Amino acid sequence: MTAAIDIATVWAFIIAFAVFVYVVMDGFDLGLGILFPLFPRKADRDVIMNSVAPVWDGNETWLVLGGGGLMAAFPLAYAVLMPALYTPMIAMLIGLVFRGVAFEFRWRTRPSERNRWDIPFFAGSLVAALAQGVALGAILQGVQVEGRQYAGGWWDWLTPFSMLTGVAVVVGYALLGATWLVMKTEGELRDKAYHLSWFLLFAMIGAIGAVSLATPFLHIQYTERWFSWPGIALTAPVPVAVAIVTVLLLRSLARKRDYQPFLLTLTLFALSYAGLGISMWPYIVPQSITIWQAASPENSQVFMLFGVAVLIPLILGYTGWAYWVFRGKVKPGSGYH
Amino acid sequence: MFEGWDAVVLARAQFAFTMSFHIIFPAFSIGLASYLAVLEALWLWTGREVFINLFNYWLKIFAVAFGMGVVSGIVMSYQFGTNWSVFSDKAGPVIGPLMAYEVLTAFFLEAGFLGVMLFGLDRVGPRLHFLATLMVAIGTLISTFWILSANSWMQTPAGYGINAEGQFIAVDWFKVIFNPSFPYRLVHMVLAAYLTTALVVGAVAAFHLLRDPHLAGPRVMFSMAMWMATLVAPLQIFAGDQHGLNTLEHQPVKIMAMEGHFDSHNDGAPLILFGWPDQAAGKVKYAVEIPKLGSLILKHSLDAPMAGLDTVPRENWPPVAITFWSFRIMVGMGLLMLGLGLLSLWARWRGTLYHSRLMLMSAIAMAPSGFIAVLAGWITTETGRQPFTVYGLLRTADSASPLAAPAVASSLIAFIIVYFLVFGAGVIYMLRLMAAPPHQGEQGPSGDKPARAAGITPAAGAAARGTAA
Repeated sequence: MTAAIDIATVWAFIIAFAVFVYVVMDGFDLGLGILFPLFPRKADRDVIMNSVAPVWDGNETWLVLGGGGLMAAFPLAYAVLMPALYTPMIAMLIGLVFRGVAFEFRWRTRPSERNRWDIPFFAGSLVAALAQGVALGAILQGVQVEGRQYAGGWWDWLTPFSMLTGVAVVVGYALLGATWLVMKTEGELRDKAYHLSWFLLFAMIGAIGAVSLATPFLHIQYTERWFSWPGIALTAPVPVAVAIVTVLLLRSLARKRDYQPFLLTLTLFALSYAGLGISMWPYIVPQSITIWQAASPENSQVFMLFGVAVLIPLILGYTGWAYWVFRGKVKPGSGYH
Repeated sequence: MFEGWDAVVLARAQFAFTMSFHIIFPAFSIGLASYLAVLEALWLWTGREVFINLFNYWLKIFAVAFGMGVVSGIVMSYQFGTNWSVFSDKAGPVIGPLMAYEVLTAFFLEAGFLGVMLFGLDRVGPRLHFLATLMVAIGTLISTFWILSANSWMQTPAGYGINAEGQFIAVDWFKVIFNPSFPYRLVHMVLAAYLTTALVVGAVAAFHLLRDPHLAGPRVMFSMAMWMATLVAPLQIFAGDQHGLNTLEHQPVKIMAMEGHFDSHNDGAPLILFGWPDQAAGKVKYAVEIPKLGSLILKHSLDAPMAGLDTVPRENWPPVAITFWSFRIMVGMGLLMLGLGLLSLWARWRGTLYHSRLMLMSAIAMAPSGFIAVLAGWITTETGRQPFTVYGLLRTADSASPLAAPAVASSLIAFIIVYFLVFGAGVIYMLRLMAAPPHQGEQGPSGDKPARAAGITPAAGAAARGTAA
């Protein structure tokens, strides 16, 4: 684990960062869609929609950066993983189509067609979240590679493990959505979000536990990294930190805090994500292709690095400004739309 | 099911289908974003209420079109990997960074400021709001820049080398980005987007003027749209001609297919107006042609010799009939736009621009012409460069993912059903918004709740601030 800091490593962290920002930003966004059926009142649904309407488009742009960046910086990984994950990817894209258009379409329906886009919003969000989780599991368990191509079938991704990670991501996003509502809404809606957060938090802890227990059995590298020296020096703090954050999260829910539950849930995601990174490193396609094998020629990576160094801080700046403009609690009827 | 199908043909059908849907929304929203920026600037400058009414009116339509553009665009960014993985591996080091720059410089800019543009007027005030509108409009143009650079590189590759793994690598990024066909294609596409939007705006205005020629909003937008058609249609024809000459220099086989030139002509090639190109027989059936005019247009000389497809190995021929006909449809639309512009000049001079039934009906009939021309133009350029993905270097058949036909067929069918369902609904919603005329105190996307319409409107509040400033 003492790899020199070379440009491929830098890019691996940039892509990982983009994907994580995507999870941070679109996770709660998809989570709100997953929770939609639990809030049957139209007024509540309007508030839920309004709490993300101004920012959802920017949130999903990080997914485009993840995909586009992967193609640019690690074309071989992109070329192997996309066909391997064909079905979940197509399902995710179609899910995102349905939920994305629902943001605008929902306000354009006639009273007689009311709620017509609520079901696609829910189903699209659920399918997209599930597909992302399944894709994660499929990557972790590894794919069959021959030469520079994917060599498996189009259902290889479907295993109990990938279904488990799929459900885990759905639960996690739902928790992000519930704690987002705690932060952004008031009154009955917020109370309901509190109750949901409790339930979802226990479900998420269970999911993290199940995935953590199942992962070492996938491959010997994962086992060694998590249970033997020197890997354990790096890995041991992760479960400890997860336990601490869980306790803090429980306490913040008990004290009915506004911001803490959402921020601590994000921390929980960050820790799980770090755990995944530790398991996978230095592979980008586990057990087949390392980040150095998949890397673009250096001049492609350097060319983009200039842009990233200047533009990502700028992007984070104006995205932060947009969130700031629409800060505070969303009140029924007074929202945008 | 689908076992006997060719996975590459299915993958091409899927790309063509999803791309055709995708290009419609940006073609409209690139032009509309600029139009909105102009309307808001005019409002800030003159303080006239009609401009903010029109701004809010088109902003609601823009929101729907933009949303559809975003989601159909996400599909495109993953389609390279799912269906064209070999292409992605080989061309990724060159194409990938261009698309990454599109995301970093354009998509984030648009998305970051879109929320403020749609919902933020009463939160940030008119000046900062105008900045947001401007950023969205500039973002759409930057996006056009990068994606057309990437597309043009695939058509006329330059500044590249090939490494040991068989991947294309950039040797000179400047040459990659500003490859030979890029400037022409960029100008042609941006003008096409502006024309497409102008024709839609003009048709909506004409539709309302037909019922009441005194409506203030529709009069303003009709006049603006018709000036756009008058000025930009001839410019576009000139730009298209220049683009054609550039194609003749760098992709002569595409021109042969566009012109239906199967045979070489040593002393002046004819201009084939119509006919049916028969690929198998290698000739144009039922051709109606004007002798020597083809050489005059393409080489600016009556007797200039022109090579035909007979000088090209058959396995490198593009599908001639599609290229030939889509090109004619595009040119036909362009000529009709020119005609509409001239008609509007005549009507303006006669003072009948807002009443003439012929004028208004023509403008309504031309509503879809921009979309048809954009689609036909893209089909011409993308079919005409077959059978290659990277022109002359990487064949389409060697670019596809190692997928079985049933996988590609299933996803193709899923996309067809979903796109018609979702985007069909979106088009209906846009038409509904267009069916009502813009009126005084028009609300933006933030204000069409009945509860708000009764109170102080953000538009009026902002207008007051705007004029006071």
